[in-house]
Amino acid sequence: MTTQPTDPQKAAPSGFAATDVLVNEFEDGPDTVQRAEKTPDDLQPHKDLGLKDDEYAKIREILGRRPTASELAMYSIMWSEHCSYKSSKVHLKQFSEKAPKNTRMLAGIGENAGVVQISDELAVTFKVESHNHPSYVEPYQGAATGVGGIVRDILAMGARPIAVMDPLRFGAADHPDTARVLPGVVGGIGGYGNCLGLPNIGGEIVFDPCYQGNPLVNALSIGVLPVERLQKKEATGAGNIVVLLGARTGRDGIGGVSVLASATFDEEAEQRRPSVQVGDPFMEKLLIESCLELYDAGLVSGIQDLGGAGLTCALTETAASAGTGMRVWLERVVLREASMTPTEILASESQERMLLIVTPENLEQVLAVAEKWGVWATAIGEVTAAAEDGTPGRLVITWNDHVVVDVPPGSLVDDGPVYHRPFREPNDVLLLQADRAETLQRPSTGDELRATLLRMAASPNLCDKSWVTEQYDRYVLGNTVLAQPEDSGVLRIDEETGLGVALSVDGNGRFARLDPYEGAKLALAESYRNVAVTGAEPIAISDCLNFGSPEDPTVMWQFAEATRGLADGCQQLGTPVTGGNVSFYNQTGAAAIHPTPVVAVLGVFDDVARRIPMGFPKPEKAEGDLLFLLGETRNELSGSEWAWVTHNHLGGRPPKVDLDAEQKLGAVMIKASKSGLVAAAHDLSDGGLAQVLVESALRHDVGATVTLPDDGTSPFVYLFSESAGRALVVVPRGRDKAFTALAAEHGVPCTPLGVTTEQKALDVQGQFSIPLDEVRTAWTATLPALFESAFESAQAEEPVRSVTLELTKPE
Amino acid sequence: MRIGVVTFPGSLDDGDAARAARIAGAEVVRLWHGDPDLHGVDGVVLPGGFSYGDALRCGAIARFAPVMETIIDAARGGLPVLGICNGFQILCEAHLLPGALTRNQHLHFRNRDQWLRVEAAGTAWTNRFTAGQEILIPVKNGEGCFVADEKTLDALEAEGRIVARYIRGNPNGSQRDIAGITNEAGNVVGIMPHPEHAVEALTGPSLDGLGFFTSVLQALAGASADGQRAGGQQ
Repeated sequence: MTTQPTDPQKAAPSGFAATDVLVNEFEDGPDTVQRAEKTPDDLQPHKDLGLKDDEYAKIREILGRRPTASELAMYSIMWSEHCSYKSSKVHLKQFSEKAPKNTRMLAGIGENAGVVQISDELAVTFKVESHNHPSYVEPYQGAATGVGGIVRDILAMGARPIAVMDPLRFGAADHPDTARVLPGVVGGIGGYGNCLGLPNIGGEIVFDPCYQGNPLVNALSIGVLPVERLQKKEATGAGNIVVLLGARTGRDGIGGVSVLASATFDEEAEQRRPSVQVGDPFMEKLLIESCLELYDAGLVSGIQDLGGAGLTCALTETAASAGTGMRVWLERVVLREASMTPTEILASESQERMLLIVTPENLEQVLAVAEKWGVWATAIGEVTAAAEDGTPGRLVITWNDHVVVDVPPGSLVDDGPVYHRPFREPNDVLLLQADRAETLQRPSTGDELRATLLRMAASPNLCDKSWVTEQYDRYVLGNTVLAQPEDSGVLRIDEETGLGVALSVDGNGRFARLDPYEGAKLALAESYRNVAVTGAEPIAISDCLNFGSPEDPTVMWQFAEATRGLADGCQQLGTPVTGGNVSFYNQTGAAAIHPTPVVAVLGVFDDVARRIPMGFPKPEKAEGDLLFLLGETRNELSGSEWAWVTHNHLGGRPPKVDLDAEQKLGAVMIKASKSGLVAAAHDLSDGGLAQVLVESALRHDVGATVTLPDDGTSPFVYLFSESAGRALVVVPRGRDKAFTALAAEHGVPCTPLGVTTEQKALDVQGQFSIPLDEVRTAWTATLPALFESAFESAQAEEPVRSVTLELTKPE
Repeated sequence: MRIGVVTFPGSLDDGDAARAARIAGAEVVRLWHGDPDLHGVDGVVLPGGFSYGDALRCGAIARFAPVMETIIDAARGGLPVLGICNGFQILCEAHLLPGALTRNQHLHFRNRDQWLRVEAAGTAWTNRFTAGQEILIPVKNGEGCFVADEKTLDALEAEGRIVARYIRGNPNGSQRDIAGITNEAGNVVGIMPHPEHAVEALTGPSLDGLGFFTSVLQALAGASADGQRAGGQQ
C-alpha cells in the first residue's frame, strides 16, 4: 500500500515553485498567505480556537500580517495548554534545576520520552501521560488512543515498546456514569494493548467522587533499545526528505488538544465526541515493526510521532529542534476523506502515524520496508536550510500550489506564551487540616476489628481488581516476571544476563488534597517503595500531574506545591524526573478534582531472578515462615482508606513522609534480595497492615498467625494506620538473624509479627480469626457485582451475591 | 528437528512460540506469511495474536496467506502443525480442524492461569503427557468459545479427538469445556490456551506448556526412526 508520488519531481521535492503562482484565492480557494496580506482586517475566530486576544496579537506581530486560517489553527494548537505547558513551565523548571547528578540519563525532559541507560549496551525509555478528557467523552476510544499515543512516544526514541501500565481514577464506584466510563476505558485499554502485543503489567484503579465527570486515564509505556539505536527528532540536513508513515489522515481528533484537553468541561462536552481520535491497534503494530526495521537498517535521520496536534506538532518540532526549515506539499498526504481542507489535514489527530526524516538516497529503501509491512509511506516534503546568518529556516506549506502556511517553526514551538499564573492557598485548607481523622470513632473489640477488615477488603478501592486486569494480556512477549496485583511490574530485559526492570506507578489524591507538597512526596515515596520491595534499585522517575483549572489560583497553588514537593523529593532520593505530562482542566464547573500527581518509578535488577514477590509462599516447613514489619507505625489515619470507607471522612494532615527512612528501607530490601534472605514482601499503603495481610494471604491461599506488639500502639492503629515507609516481609526460618541484623545495620525498625501457617485463616492473636475463604468472598465480589453484565451476574454463584449485598449495606 | 513459527502481520506470540520450541530443543525457523516456502521444517507452529487485525473474522484472512497454502497441503500429508489461540482459529478457518471459535460468552477478553485436563495423549503435540493429566497454562483470548454442531462434537468425543478440556472453570463458554482438538490423523492440533507461556519458572505459572513442544520432537524422532527402518527394509 505504499504510495509513491507519480511525478518524479515530487518524489524528491526540491525548490519553490508555488509562491508566485496566481490562484483564485479570493473566491472559494483556501486562505493563503497572499490573501492574508491583502485582507489584513478579516475577522478571525481566534477565541473559538482557544487563543486569547494578546496571544492573537503576538501571532500577528511574529508574522507581520494576519495568520492564514491554517496558521491560526496551528498556533492555537501549539500554544494550547496541552502542547505549550504555558501555565506549568515556570514550575516544571524545578525538575531540571533540582535534578540530582545522574550519569545514566541519555535523554530527558523535552524529548518524546526520557531514556535511561541500564547496562553497557542497553537503555530503557518510559513515560506516563494523560488521556483524561477524551476518555470521559468517549471512554473506549479515548483510553485506546491513550495507549497508542504513549507507545508511539516510546517508539520514537528508537525503542521496542515492551509493556504498558494504566493508573485509572473514576468517580464513585456505584455512580451510574462510572458504569458507563469504566467498562469502556478498560475495554479500550485491553482492546488496544492486547492487539498490540504489549503486556499490561500494573497500574491503579481508584474510585473517588471527585473524579465524577473527570476520570483520570493515565497511560504508561516502557521500551528497550540498544544504546546506539537512540533516535533524535531533529530534521537535519537540507535536502533530506520528510516522509509520513502509517495510517491515512482523517477528520478524527481535530481540536483534541486545544478544545478537549485545554478547557474545562461544560454541558456541551457530549457534542465533542468528534474531537476524540479513533484507534487501529493493528496499524500501530505494523508501524512498530516497520519503524524498528528502519532503525536497525540505519535508514532514519530523524523521527517524531504524531499524537496530539498531529502533523502541525511533528513538522514544527522536528524543524525547530534542528533550526532548519521545511517545504511541505500538503496535497500529498494520503487522506481518508478527499474533501479535507488544508487546515483539517494539519490539525488532524489521526492515530498510528510517524514523521520520518530520511536522506534522498535512503528513500527507496524506506518505502520498501513500509511496503513489506503494508503501511502507507509518502514523501510529503523536504528539509530546507537555515539562512547563512544562522536564522532558522521557515516552514512553508502549500496545498495544490496555494501557500497556506509560511511561518518560523520555532515561533510555534518555543515562543508560545508563558504564564506566571497567580496562586494562593485555598481558604479551606486550614479548616480541612484541623478536621483530623485520628479523632473519629474507632472499632476496638476483636469482632469490630474483624468486621472492619472485611468491610475494607470489600471496598471498591481495596477489593480484588482482577475483573479489570483479566481483560489485559500480561503474558505476551514472554518476559513478564511480575504483574498486577504485585507491588511492581517486573520485566526481564535480557534473557542471557537476567538484566531486568521494575516499574510502579502510584498517586494518592486524598493525601495531595490535604497537603499537595507532602502528597506529591508521598506518591513518590510509595512508588519508590513498591519498586524497592521487589528488590530492584530505583533509578528514575516519570510523572503525570493531573489537576483542575490553572486559571483558578487555588488549583495553581496545589500545582505549585505538588511540583515543588516532587522536585524536592526526587532531589533527595537521587532519582531524576526523566519526563512526563501535565493535565490541567480536570474540572467540571467550579469543582476541581483532588490534585493528583501520579508518579512512576523505574528500578533495575542486575538479575531479575532475585525479584521478591508479594504473596505468602506455601510454607516449606510445618511451622511456617516468619513475618516481620519494617518501619514505624504511627497513629496516622487522616486521608486514610479507613476514614473514607467507614466515616466518609477526608480531613487532617497526611501521614508523615520521611524519604531518608524510605531510602534505608529500600537499601534493606535490595540487600536482602541479593543475599536471598526474603521469600516475599509487600509494601504497606492504602488500607494499612490489614489490607496487606489480606492480599499476601490470598495470593497463594496461605494463612498467617499474627501477634501485634503490645507497645502502647492499639491493635486498630497497627492494622489500619497508613504510615509511610513500611513493608511486611516474609523471612524463611534460619535467615531471621541475618535479616534482623541487616535491618538494624540500616536503622530500620524491624518488628516480629508472627508466622505464615498451613491453616487457611488470618488469625490476629487475641483479636479475631477469619477463614481465608470468607475474606476472599468479600474481596472478590465487589467489582463483578458493580460492573458485570446481567448475563454474567446471572451465572455468578449465589453465596457471592448475597455476601455482596450484605457488605454494601450502609452501617 | 526444525520447527517453523509463522509470522503474519499482527502475530504477537510468535517470538514466545519460537522461544518455547528452542527451550524444548528444536532448531527454530521463522516463516513469513508471504513466503510459501516452508524451508524444510519438520513441524509448524501458528502462533497467537491478531493476524491481519482479525478483520472479517479471526483467522479468516490468514488462511489465504501464501504460507498457509503450503501448510494446508503439508498438514494433509502428515506435517505436525500446532495452532495456538489465533493459530487455532486459523486452522478452523482453513478446515484442517472442525468447528469455530466465537466471542467469549461473557464478552470480555480474559487472561488467567487456567487448569486443563489432557484427554488425548496420542497426538503429535501431546504424546509427552498422560491422558487425564492436569496441567496449568495461561489462557488469554477474546474469541475462544469453541462451538460445533452436536454431531461434530459427538464425533470428536467418540474418536478421542478432544485434546484438552478446561477444568475448575470454563473461561469462555466453550462447548463441552473444549480447550483443544486434533484432526483424525493426530498431526494437527489447535489449542486455545497458550502453552508457550508456561515454559520457564521465571515467567510462567508452571512448566506444563513445554510438553507440547517436546512431544512434537519425540513424534518426529519416532517418525524418522520409523522412516529409517522402513528404508532399510526396502
